[in-house]
Amino acid sequence: MDAAPAPESVAEMKEALARAQYLADESAALVSFLAQRLGKPILVEGPAGVGKTELAKAFSRATGRELVRLQCYEGLDEAKALYEWNYRKQLLRIQAGGESGWEEVHGDIFSEEFLLERPLMKAIASSEPVVLLIDEIDKTDQEFEAMLLELLSDFQITIPELGQVSASSMPIVVLTSNNSRELTEALKRRCLYLWLDYPELEREMEIVRLHAPDLTEALTQRLVEVVRMVRALDVKKPPSIAESIDWARTLLLMGAEDIDRETFAQSMSIIVKHRTDIDLVAERVGLKLPGASAQAPG
Amino acid sequence: MSAAGASPFGPRAEAGPPGLAAKLLGFCDELRDEGVAVGTSEILDAFAALEQVPWTSQDDFREALAATVAKSQEDRRLFELLFERWFFRAAESEAIERGVGERGERQEGGQLDIDELREQVRQAIVEGRDGQMRDLARLAIAAFGRQGEGSGVVGVDVQRIRRTLGLSTRTQPSTEDGGAEPPPIDREQLNRFERHLRRELERDLIERTSTLPPSRPLADLDRALPTSPTQDLAAVHRAVSQMKRRLATLGHEQRGRRSGLTVDVRRTMRASLETGGVPLRLRHRPKRPRRPEIYVLCDVSTSVTSASVFFLSVLHALHDSFRKLRSFVFIERISEVTDVFEHERDFRAIADRISSEGGVADVSGYTDYGRVWLEFLTEISDDLDPRSTVIVLGDARTNGREPHTEVFAEIASRAGRLFWLNPEPKLYWNYGDSVMAAYERHCDGAFECWTTRHLESFVNVVAGGVPRD
Repeated sequence: MDAAPAPESVAEMKEALARAQYLADESAALVSFLAQRLGKPILVEGPAGVGKTELAKAFSRATGRELVRLQCYEGLDEAKALYEWNYRKQLLRIQAGGESGWEEVHGDIFSEEFLLERPLMKAIASSEPVVLLIDEIDKTDQEFEAMLLELLSDFQITIPELGQVSASSMPIVVLTSNNSRELTEALKRRCLYLWLDYPELEREMEIVRLHAPDLTEALTQRLVEVVRMVRALDVKKPPSIAESIDWARTLLLMGAEDIDRETFAQSMSIIVKHRTDIDLVAERVGLKLPGASAQAPG
Repeated sequence: MSAAGASPFGPRAEAGPPGLAAKLLGFCDELRDEGVAVGTSEILDAFAALEQVPWTSQDDFREALAATVAKSQEDRRLFELLFERWFFRAAESEAIERGVGERGERQEGGQLDIDELREQVRQAIVEGRDGQMRDLARLAIAAFGRQGEGSGVVGVDVQRIRRTLGLSTRTQPSTEDGGAEPPPIDREQLNRFERHLRRELERDLIERTSTLPPSRPLADLDRALPTSPTQDLAAVHRAVSQMKRRLATLGHEQRGRRSGLTVDVRRTMRASLETGGVPLRLRHRPKRPRRPEIYVLCDVSTSVTSASVFFLSVLHALHDSFRKLRSFVFIERISEVTDVFEHERDFRAIADRISSEGGVADVSGYTDYGRVWLEFLTEISDDLDPRSTVIVLGDARTNGREPHTEVFAEIASRAGRLFWLNPEPKLYWNYGDSVMAAYERHCDGAFECWTTRHLESFVNVVAGGVPRD
């Protein structure tokens, strides 16, 4: 990839992100800009489906950096996140070079050739600067967070047999969290903090417009308003931005002219995905929509 | 800039040379006073970040500062409150010091057509344009805010002006014209306008009196816990996370060695490299520190209504920190709500679900402690062991029913430790139907607990905790 020139101001950052199909709000653009300037990790928190992961992806597209992604889950450990010795290969090496001396073999099998790179290691060792996405950090346990500290503040990893591996190029680190548990102070201290929330009406309309440009203006507005109505209800899983976009595309495919009760009932399952939610939404939102014909659909 | 010593505006002016750096440090100080953890590294980051943005843009300035200093939503809320106040003050005090004012230049606003102004304000609010709102707020104040210098109390004036302008969130036919009903205004947007009004009024007041009102910490009401659950969960969380560390390390000393170890195949194979692939030395999975098991029983009856919100937020925070936590709510019966907490993150949703499906109240809605102990003991007696900690949140008011102290004693003896947090001040214990004394004898500790400070002191006592023999 050819690296685009680094944005020189917040406005340029915003533009660059927009070119990468991501409409950032002021604070998101600003924090991205700061992260790139200061070389500090970003910690993005917010409800599910507001585009936290997407920000990192857009960032990588905007800056022309490769994206290295580490998906976190409970029980994730160093061997899967950092590095692992390629034990089979090491064994082969020992057996193949039977007559060479121990010293030689020892020095040999603990060299980088026998190292299996996992995402974090890969991000550090890459010769090109990358964007490292550590997704859903709140899913791991605190021990793992502690392990990340060295990486986040100094961009280096200590391997007992090899010594320290320092980043040859500064990666931009984006951590996302659904806020399902409080992260440790130590981790937060090292990061710039960004809270992403559901976008304002206007901005969400722009986003939908960007991804479904064929939808008429009136319908776009209607759609976003309905989605916001659903979010305002007490539903188990509020519709995310991605679902708004999906819905917009569905409406296009259906050739819908307006969101009336019938269209809504047919396509509602795109934005509402819980049995109980569907009932609630049908009752509270569905009835506010204009009926397609004189009779409301059963 | 004049000498800092001559400044009548607060002691912080002497802290360093006047300028942005000093202001920022002062601001961070104030944040710390309000309980936001701002470390030196955060401050350094803030300076580094501010170098990257044009300081003339207020939004950028604020966002850059927030990104480096306020690292959770609660922090951010406090940050907003203080930011407004601090930098507004900073600007105003500078203005007074330099004798800059705009009083004389203001034109007579009396002839202004009120209806037109009203319409303009409404327009600006709906469009949400800050600059315009500010200007209009000034106009409004000039027009009819200060006849006779106003009331002198900013809050009162704000409301008066708002009423005069006929701004309201509800659609109501305004007094004069019943015909064309103006569309309702979004509450959020109206708040924004009110903020502008308040700010301009304050500015006015400061200019008039040439002094800044004394800076005081955010009102306790703003951050009190029992009344507003979502506001200061952070404080509860902090206290609880402290508690977590303490509970986790307590009782660790005697954990067994070697017994119950499992072989880690992966590491054994790797270790076998030294011996040419023959696994001579077994490697074991490292023993994870044992997490304490905690049972929390929380009274949610009407006698503790005000406190139960606080208690629920404590529970909520506990659930964040401990995996092995089982929580129960009770009134007349007991009901396990562990699931609710595990599946809901949002505090309000939890409160709703507990009240709707807890199923803990029978007929009377009065707490029956005796029955609760009996049920609790039958339900989980097998799980209680010396490793477990039981925490009771309740007021020990039995409503004249049998307290079943002996059952409580049984629970206490089976559990490793038992703590009682009482939402009533100690003074009221054992008055009326409170049987705190009877229960207290069996507890490892009983504490009054109705603010975060109490919670913290509870944590401290637990920290020095003497395990029960």
